[in-house]
Amino acid sequence: MSIWEYANPVKFMRTSGAILPWVVAGAAVCTVTGLTWGFLTPEDYRQGSTVKIVFLHVPAAMMAINIWVMMLVASLIWLIRRHHVSALAAKAAAPIGAVMTVIGLITGAVWGQPMWGTWWEWDPRLTSFLILLLFYIGYMALWSAVEDPDSAADLTGVLCLVGSVFALLSRYAVFFWNQGLHQGASLSVQSGERMSAVYRYPLYLTMLGFGLLFLSLLLIRTRTEIRKRRLAALQAREMRT
Amino acid sequence: MIELGKYAGAVLGAYGLSLALLGGLIWQTLAANARARRDLERQEKHG
Repeated sequence: MSIWEYANPVKFMRTSGAILPWVVAGAAVCTVTGLTWGFLTPEDYRQGSTVKIVFLHVPAAMMAINIWVMMLVASLIWLIRRHHVSALAAKAAAPIGAVMTVIGLITGAVWGQPMWGTWWEWDPRLTSFLILLLFYIGYMALWSAVEDPDSAADLTGVLCLVGSVFALLSRYAVFFWNQGLHQGASLSVQSGERMSAVYRYPLYLTMLGFGLLFLSLLLIRTRTEIRKRRLAALQAREMRT
Repeated sequence: MIELGKYAGAVLGAYGLSLALLGGLIWQTLAANARARRDLERQEKHG
């Protein structure tokens, strides 16, 4: 069995239809439990109750970047191997990534105001994240603007390659760009730098929940795109006859 | 009752806005999927 078998829309629809209920159930359980658990955590001695925003901000920001990376991989598969399902999956992922980016920006601003004394700062990570949102919007606009689906997939694929610079920048900016308010990584494998277990475990669960939520929405949206493509093909055939 | 202290507005605002955005995304995804499925079934039946 090869992964390329899933480039066949029929095979993709059959397999995704079978696993979707399990992914949706996992997403619901992990997200609801993680967010509830996170909301019930005690106040932090420095940040007070604003620490509870971490359970939305970190998973959303993580997904915003990872979704762009997923779109990059799918776009490369389209550009190199011309598999339609991969182009449709990249298209389907973009609105989810845009919403995750908006959630990351809003929760960051709401958290930043009481902690930093400002809603916004032209900090390297914040700025590159805002540019990432503009790339998401541009990517979706380009898909809507180009009528021929294959040309749209080509052009958005190239845009995705360019936008990847900002996706990576928003993740790694704090490491090589030392000015700015934003902290470094929230989670570390170094025991001395670790977040307290009281916050760490619900955060892991919420991150898993957001990952599964993305997968659920991605599968549903890709199935929608495949159906729309099939409908357009049937209508075109009907017009010809 | 959970005590959110002086940051209650910030915490509840962040949760409220985020959950509203996620809810809207889920609703739009399901609605678009149902519409696409309905349109395709209609076309396959009559086409």
